[in-house]
Amino acid sequence: MLLASQAMTAGSIASNFNTARPTVSKHLAILTECELLEQQQNGREIYYHLNPNKMKEIADFIEPFRKLWDDRFNKLEDIMKAYKPKK
Amino acid sequence: MELKTKIHAEDGKQELTITREFELPVELLFKAYEDADIVAQWMSTKVVRLENKKSGSWQFDTSDEKGNVVFTASGVYHEFVPNKKITRTFEMGNAPFDVQLEFLEFESLGEDNSKLTMQIVYRSGALRDQMLKLPFRQGLNMAHDRLQEVVNKLK
Repeated sequence: MLLASQAMTAGSIASNFNTARPTVSKHLAILTECELLEQQQNGREIYYHLNPNKMKEIADFIEPFRKLWDDRFNKLEDIMKAYKPKK
Repeated sequence: MELKTKIHAEDGKQELTITREFELPVELLFKAYEDADIVAQWMSTKVVRLENKKSGSWQFDTSDEKGNVVFTASGVYHEFVPNKKITRTFEMGNAPFDVQLEFLEFESLGEDNSKLTMQIVYRSGALRDQMLKLPFRQGLNMAHDRLQEVVNKLK
């Protein structure tokens, strides 16, 4: 969420969490390895930013499954809104 | 816009959770799971058996336009608590997938609203990911079939 608006260094990312710096670095390394984050060297600092293509790929992968259930539940909702109990 | 149906599938876990809020009283939401005729409508399937009780079993058969059964699913109820909870197993017929365990929780959010939380536990993380990808693959297959049709017409 932090990285959605700007690229940040590991230090500035860590300052937003109540977690030890090495833990944050470890998380960042994993996310970078999965290509969800990209590193950019800027002088002595390394900046992290989101890889929007990879984020989209992950969202797309689950989306058809979500859509399947969403369609079913929409149908359920429509049917039950029109439902009149038999007396 | 906030999505009405949400999927929570944590990386590496062998379960996932589907949540959905309905503009329906919880009694009507539950009825949609209890009444065989209604289940048949929203699941677009034939309800062969729906024994709403502990140790009762259920079976759905889905056919194509020609009446051939193309999909069958069945399982057993472990808990059936009206307007509150259903615990059941789910197994696809003629498919190499192991049975899955489903916990459905029905929650009232006031007079006209309710929430369903469906937790599905799979035998392994790999199987969960396979099941998640199934509709994705079906979507791709449909797109490929459609492409084939279009290409055939061009010939």
